[in-house]
Amino acid sequence: MHPVLKTVLQRLGLGMITLFAVSIIIFSSLALLPGGYAQNILGQGATPELVKNFNHELGLDRPASVRYVEWITNAVQGDFGNSYSGTTGTIKRSVSAIIAPRLYNTFFLAATAAIVAVPLSLFLGIMAALYRNSWFDRIINSVTLTTIAMPEFFIAYILVYVLAVKLRWFYPNSTVSANTPFLEHLYRVALPALTMTLVIVAHMMRMTRAAIINLLAAPYIEMAQLKGISKSRVILRHALPNAWAPIATVIAFNLAYLVVGVVVVEVVYVYPGIGQMMVDAVSSRDMPVVQACALIFAATYILLNLLADIVSIITNPRLLHPK
Amino acid sequence: MSAIQLETRLIKGRRTLWQNIVRTLKASPNSARFGMIVMLIYALCAIFAPWIAPFPEADTSAKGMLPSSWTHIMGTDQTGHDFFSRLIFAARNTIGIALITALLSFFVGSTLGITAALQRGWFDQGVSRVVDAFLAIPVLIFALMMLSVIGKGVFNLIMILALLDATRVFRLARAVALNAVVMDYVESARLRGEGTRWIVFREIVPNILPPLITEFGLRFCFVFLTIAALSFLGVGIQPPSADWGSMVAENKSLISYGYALPLYPAFAIALLTVAVNLVVDWFLQRTSGLRDGK
Amino acid sequence: MASETKRVKGDVLLEMKGIVIDGKSDDKWNPIIRGVDLTLKRGEVLGLIGESGAGKSTLGLAGMGFARPGCRITSGSIIFDGIDLIAASEEKRRGLWGSRIAYVAQSAAASFNPAHHIIDQTTETALGHGIMPRDKAEADARDLYRRLQLPNPDTIGLRFPHQVSGGQLQRAMTAMAMSCRPDLIIFDEPTTALDVTTQVEVLAAMRDIVEQFNTAAIYITHDLAVVAQMAHRIMVLRYGNLVEEAPTRTMLKQPTQAYTKSLWAVRSLAKKERSSDDIVLDVQNVSASYGNHIKVLDDVSVKIPRGRTVAVVGESGSGKSTLARAITGLLPPSTGKILFNGQALPGALKNRERDTLRRIQMIYQSADTALNPRQKVRDIIGRPLEFYLGLNGADRDRKVVELLESIELDESYIDRLPSEMSGGQKQRVSIARALAANPEVIICDEVTSALDQIVQEEILKLLMKLQADTNVTYLFITHDIATVRAIADEIVVMHKGKVVQQGLKSKVLNPPYPAYTELLLSSVPQMDPDWLTGLLKKRQSAQA
Repeated sequence: MHPVLKTVLQRLGLGMITLFAVSIIIFSSLALLPGGYAQNILGQGATPELVKNFNHELGLDRPASVRYVEWITNAVQGDFGNSYSGTTGTIKRSVSAIIAPRLYNTFFLAATAAIVAVPLSLFLGIMAALYRNSWFDRIINSVTLTTIAMPEFFIAYILVYVLAVKLRWFYPNSTVSANTPFLEHLYRVALPALTMTLVIVAHMMRMTRAAIINLLAAPYIEMAQLKGISKSRVILRHALPNAWAPIATVIAFNLAYLVVGVVVVEVVYVYPGIGQMMVDAVSSRDMPVVQACALIFAATYILLNLLADIVSIITNPRLLHPK
Repeated sequence: MSAIQLETRLIKGRRTLWQNIVRTLKASPNSARFGMIVMLIYALCAIFAPWIAPFPEADTSAKGMLPSSWTHIMGTDQTGHDFFSRLIFAARNTIGIALITALLSFFVGSTLGITAALQRGWFDQGVSRVVDAFLAIPVLIFALMMLSVIGKGVFNLIMILALLDATRVFRLARAVALNAVVMDYVESARLRGEGTRWIVFREIVPNILPPLITEFGLRFCFVFLTIAALSFLGVGIQPPSADWGSMVAENKSLISYGYALPLYPAFAIALLTVAVNLVVDWFLQRTSGLRDGK
Repeated sequence: MASETKRVKGDVLLEMKGIVIDGKSDDKWNPIIRGVDLTLKRGEVLGLIGESGAGKSTLGLAGMGFARPGCRITSGSIIFDGIDLIAASEEKRRGLWGSRIAYVAQSAAASFNPAHHIIDQTTETALGHGIMPRDKAEADARDLYRRLQLPNPDTIGLRFPHQVSGGQLQRAMTAMAMSCRPDLIIFDEPTTALDVTTQVEVLAAMRDIVEQFNTAAIYITHDLAVVAQMAHRIMVLRYGNLVEEAPTRTMLKQPTQAYTKSLWAVRSLAKKERSSDDIVLDVQNVSASYGNHIKVLDDVSVKIPRGRTVAVVGESGSGKSTLARAITGLLPPSTGKILFNGQALPGALKNRERDTLRRIQMIYQSADTALNPRQKVRDIIGRPLEFYLGLNGADRDRKVVELLESIELDESYIDRLPSEMSGGQKQRVSIARALAANPEVIICDEVTSALDQIVQEEILKLLMKLQADTNVTYLFITHDIATVRAIADEIVVMHKGKVVQQGLKSKVLNPPYPAYTELLLSSVPQMDPDWLTGLLKKRQSAQA
């Protein structure tokens, strides 16, 4: 087998194993609950009878291994069971049905932020690396260092205070529904997307700068310079083919960061996404929803890192052209 | 040479170390000095909160929503807390909890990391694989999930964050310790027949301390921000304890009416993390510069 | 080529005057080159030698009008074939680089871009400067590969850099430099990273091609014997200053400066061998491997007589360092045994008694990694005293001072950190640490190869003095034959994990040789400028 294919398959396999391990962690963390879930929900005064009925109703009286297999097989098919809240008698709310529209909203927000942030920060990062120690580099460096250190909600509320409350350019709350037209939707996510862009660009630009500086310090870049070939050719032909792996890593890392960042930003802007939903579910201890959200977040995270690794593998000349 | 001569030499050696510290501080850039001063002020606020704050932490004797005045410098919040006093008490709670968490995670993470680097074999493999799985889950998400399971509360918060953060510390401690373990001076100590304790505390730890201290600064910032985020989301530090994250959350609706009040605690958080970052940045440049300038 | 000027051998090609170059460290600019003049004629090869930190690479690169990041040319003039390189625009300089001045770097593996075929990188310069079309450039590259005696010259260019060996890559880089037939090539330590037997082929190939095309060259190296083969004229640099300059033969015969003379000294150091039958360490049929892979030691037997110096020589991968690891117990042998004073040593380190550990000590190649940077000399030397001999407090310190005296350092060094000492002083402290245990055997693993020539000599002399005083046994692992001549009583030659030969120095270094010993010994450059020519002739006639 070709080494690239072999390495990619190995990496895919490792990704699957990680996902599997994570799903076990997520599932079993619920089993850690002292006194059992029912006791916690129903209170200390609950009779054993009541607890038993409650557990039976939710299927919690079966062995953990059985419940895990059932949960994970259904989850792979997109079925995360029924929400605990709002489940009365025969009316059951499917978790997937609740999540689907919110997942779309979160994806919409994250994608908007990423489309702006990724090219912008790559451009700024590469510029800062090429013009190292210039005033441009220094300013960018101190601005991003400050931005990184700030909590997302601070940046978010400053933007709300200035752009929405004082200048009235945007709504302070980003309420959307399934019927919101596309452009209106875009306008309403502008502030949250801007918030996330600011946070991500700072991180990503710094990492890009570091990666490019590291790359340009390679002896083969000096060699290319001393061969007298043009600056653009040094960058395009000698630096770029070796830059994919570090850049992919930077992008994946920051998109993963973005996925987590949505939680706080959605709450600030009361944006109906999966992050806000998870926070609500945590407060009401709606376990199937919490589990589903955690699994989705973790899977995205793993997938992004997996993609970065695969890009690194398939652009590595030593693997592409084995001895 | 007499013992007395040697003793004086030892003291002289110590003094030069102290002089070194003074000299280093004198040569520090303004950004780092600013950071250190801010950190100092925060520390004083946290330690002397009851003496500095004009009102007790949970005092609600005043009316709600008072504008700023001589009695209430920043006014009062909806429940009648003096906002300025709450802000000062929050320093104690938020920083204290973050510090305890970071210390705990550091102790666990670096102990495991150094042990793994030294032992290699099954211990390293086992811990590393478990840590890899934990690293695949974002901290905030995992913390949210765990808090929903075992319930809110300061103790739970510290334990969960310390555990999650320890996995990050483990990775770094293991990596830097691995670099130190392969050094010839460690092999030399092994050949001499030294025990594990000597090798760890005399040969390895002194050499990996600078990157670990830097990492501690960054981990503290991360833990501090995560606690603030969780409190903001309503699952972190719970009332009646004052805390910056929840102060933002409690008063966030005021923003829409044009009040900047919720921005103050958010600013307090941002200022501290910026300060720590500035100091860490300076420290990082210094230590890495020393390595290059060899 | 591109040049309109008529090329006459003997014309001045490069003239550098009053060159001062600063380097930045700790945010301060310090001079690296302090006012050096350099003149090079067409077709002439100038050897630039000096020890680490002498500034030879910096000066060589300045010959191209180039300063590395963190360096700047502060004054002086650089005139290349009538063009002022300092005043010239970057554009103009870039037009000269590659086409008229080319560069050959030390590490070919790092200087080739891993992402492109070798031939594309070879022809890139010619194509980039628009000197020839692609098909002609490629045909020319294959011709150069052939002239440089690369195997499969027609297809080797289609490989990637990581697919060929270091010696081949270094020759490919020479082809790359030659592709535009430049007037000047800067060779920056091109063979330092190579094994001695590989070095010969590369040196010969480089010398021939420079001669064939009448190219001028600046050859930078720290190895006098190498520069003697390559250069017409030699410049000796030290601390950024020119020490001495003379034609090669004159320089070798009559160096005038004390510093230059001292560079020659180690070559003249030669200990008289002494034999002995009192065997302290007896390695019997030892095999060892890392993991379950290839045997790194294959049935190795070596006898080490007491109070003598046994040198183990071989190239990288010969297993000489692994032999040391087996003896110290870091890598327990899979088969065979090691007798120490007639008793079998336990294979693994942890099964050995503290007193056994005390009797066998080790000194490492690099004192930078062998001394804990956070410990003062007091603790570095004092710890074995405390650990093995139970000395404490003032007793311990007194003994440390005594040991410092024996390694010719005064007592003020007791409070120094390794970073506050020079390379040679650090290596002395390493020696004192080994001596502190009062050992019977000291294993010296390439102890002089990281040091400058003069310091090497001092350390070797010190080791011999200590042997005379304490009758300690040395197992001296090295790849450097000059060092072997200087210090050994007996020699063990190793190749690919096996012992090729063991015997007294006079026996091993004189014919009849086993085939590998002959190859190894004959490949070691000699100070004689005719050595390479003679060797190639001899090898050719042997083949015919």
